[in-house]
Amino acid sequence: MENELNDPNVPVPDELQSAVTITSLDRIYNWGRRSSIWPMVFGLACCAIEMICTAASRFDIARFGMEVFRATPRQADLMIVSGTVTKKMVPQIVRLFNQMPEPKYVMAMGACASGGGPFKEGYNVVSGIDKFVPVDVYVPGCPPTPQALLHGLIKLQQKIDNQSIKAVRWYGQNASEAVPIPVLGPDLLDPRQHALLAQQAGQPGDSAETLEA
Amino acid sequence: MSEEERNVVAPEQVPVADSIVARFGNALRTDDRDGYEGYVVSVESLKDVATVLRDELGYDYLSSVTGVDYFDEGKIEVVYHAYQTSGGPALNFKVQVDRENPILPSLVSVYPGADFQEREIFDMYGVSFEGHPNLRRILMWDGFAGHPLRKDWQEAYFEEENKPFDSRWPGGDVKRSEAENRFGKNVSYPDEFDIDNWAPEDDSSLYAGLNKSGSNGKKLKTDSLVVNMGPQHPSTHGVFRMVVALDGETITDLQPVMGYLHRNHEKIGERNTFLQNMPYTDRLDYLSSMSNNLGYSLAVEKLMGVDVPERAEYLRVLMAELTRVSNHMWAIGFLLNDLGAFQTPALYAIRARELILDIFEATAGSRMMCNYMRFGGVARDLPDTLRDENTVDFIGDLVNERLPAAIDELDRFLTGNEIVRSRCIGVGVLPADKAIAYSTAGPLLRASGVPYDLRRAEPYSIYDRLDFEVCTRSNGDVYDRYVVRIDEMRESVKICQQVMREIPEEGEIFTGKPQYNVRVPKGESYGRVENPKGELGYYVVSKGKTNPYRYHVRAPSFINLTVLGEMCKGHKVADAVVILGSIDIVLGEVDR
Ligand code: SF4
Repeated sequence: MENELNDPNVPVPDELQSAVTITSLDRIYNWGRRSSIWPMVFGLACCAIEMICTAASRFDIARFGMEVFRATPRQADLMIVSGTVTKKMVPQIVRLFNQMPEPKYVMAMGACASGGGPFKEGYNVVSGIDKFVPVDVYVPGCPPTPQALLHGLIKLQQKIDNQSIKAVRWYGQNASEAVPIPVLGPDLLDPRQHALLAQQAGQPGDSAETLEA
Repeated sequence: MSEEERNVVAPEQVPVADSIVARFGNALRTDDRDGYEGYVVSVESLKDVATVLRDELGYDYLSSVTGVDYFDEGKIEVVYHAYQTSGGPALNFKVQVDRENPILPSLVSVYPGADFQEREIFDMYGVSFEGHPNLRRILMWDGFAGHPLRKDWQEAYFEEENKPFDSRWPGGDVKRSEAENRFGKNVSYPDEFDIDNWAPEDDSSLYAGLNKSGSNGKKLKTDSLVVNMGPQHPSTHGVFRMVVALDGETITDLQPVMGYLHRNHEKIGERNTFLQNMPYTDRLDYLSSMSNNLGYSLAVEKLMGVDVPERAEYLRVLMAELTRVSNHMWAIGFLLNDLGAFQTPALYAIRARELILDIFEATAGSRMMCNYMRFGGVARDLPDTLRDENTVDFIGDLVNERLPAAIDELDRFLTGNEIVRSRCIGVGVLPADKAIAYSTAGPLLRASGVPYDLRRAEPYSIYDRLDFEVCTRSNGDVYDRYVVRIDEMRESVKICQQVMREIPEEGEIFTGKPQYNVRVPKGESYGRVENPKGELGYYVVSKGKTNPYRYHVRAPSFINLTVLGEMCKGHKVADAVVILGSIDIVLGEVDR
């Protein structure tokens, strides 16, 4: 522990090494957060199975302090989007994201969550969760192996390590805003695109012909 | 199961008795198109024919109902596959209806198992079924524009009818479809859509249809409560939603709501080439990709008429049975999770499953998405070594020592466990007649006392040569389903042991020369296998091209859910979770 936290510029006498640690606020703040990332119990598709295997004894996610899967977004730090995001499901995912307290992180696990994956062209498939919520780490694979997922989690830890309490958005002046929840209409409607939709949707020539243009 | 049941000889395809053909006259004729079989029934007599088939000819099990859009002929065809639970091949009958005004009588009153499947056809093709008790969309949401499986319906990212697309092959170019969509997303809207004068449809009609009359006849007047469980709920095994009407804690009605993982397998599958669909089948029931492969291979091989070499047959069976063990391990581990034994039994079950995944990874290249079978064989032979051991020794050790020990361990800790028994015995009872009527399959059906296992009822691959029992129990409750799974794992291990003894040491694993693009002769075919979760069927129609004209998956998890509401009524809300766990669903397959 001391190696991780100690500031090398401030030497601690040998006899006190086991009792005293001198560190910066950022470091201990980030160290605490990065060692206890609580993911949300949230399985979407096939990738979720590998996520569960990662949590099980062979790959043992507890080595990283991440074994506390919470069933409620209110207690979770990390949303692992583990699977295909469909249009029918995306309103719920956005709502769950909004319900998570800051600081919160999102990981897109697998090809589907990152960009639609093998089902990208499907009429009910969203081409990647980053079309709706901000993603911190992308893990490629279909499904990513448990090792790959762990690698992604380590990347997330590195990201946390580099944050500073002075600059993080959740202590800033402007509290982060909720992402508007998509609506299920004749097709998926994104409220952020209301103006564009009012102007363009329903104009003849939508869909197929646009592709040829 | 007893001796005499195992020796039941599968009857030959009996032509529908002549007298019945005569009785229906013009209303029933043989399907004489090239490569097709079965009968075409007229719309008016569909219900009568079905009733006669069920009551007089013993076709009591309606396996699959699906639609096909014959665009050129202006017809939508609905295809039914019925079986006798005593065994034997399918009787397939169809009815054709005009594309413009498709109305058919519903068969739910004859075969209650048609319920969800008719809703799916309504959703995907827009066929109305008169007399259906709850005809609403099932995979897409209410208010969605269009019926996606119609041949003239195009998705937002539509490029061409069939793959490989010119934009990607042979040039190998990359294309981002969202860059060409004016909304930057996978969306398109109908011509008349006006967002400012539009309101979304809500769920009130769904809630209104629930039976909330639990409190009748009680002294204390109670209000009924509607609770949504899911789609994000730790006990629904994925993104599945149950709308539960409660009287206190007692369930008065339960409606499953699905489609949250509808990934458009069938639409994509009809654009893909035949072989391109193989990896997609992995992602249906993603816990048993090997046996999904097998079912699809069988369906297409039937059309192509290719043989599978001996060694490949053994490899297929080995993989399929290992899959069954790993699937049941998972199912039992998570059933215990649902019972509240949070994670511990699941950890033991997953540990055993990992051993099997190592074999898959070494052989097929992937732990979960194996993509292993091909039309006419398998893709690769077993590797020489696995985890620094000789592979044959490794598998031998696994099926002779380690798996039996793992199964015994689960059995020892769980089967006699007081809490397991008191939570499971007598819960979610499904009587045999209902199990058949609702077209349930797999352990769910066999736990109700129906010894129907495709490996015996209509043997495929080399199962007719193997020695194993069909495991049944008689009470049809959650506990029996659990015990059937334990027993089936033992039988699967027994099969694996035989395979390892008898497999030819050398030999071809593939017939012919590997091709990325096979041409499949015209016709229809229905291939089905006994998947760990039940009967998995593939209905494939070929027009002689390199891609299937119709590709439909009869998903056991989907159809088994038809009876969920029935089983849950009268139980406490906590039991609904357990009953769902005992059906063992996988959402990739429910929603496809
Ligand atoms: S990336 Fe692959 S494994 Fe993951 S959800 Fe998508 S299809 Fe399934």
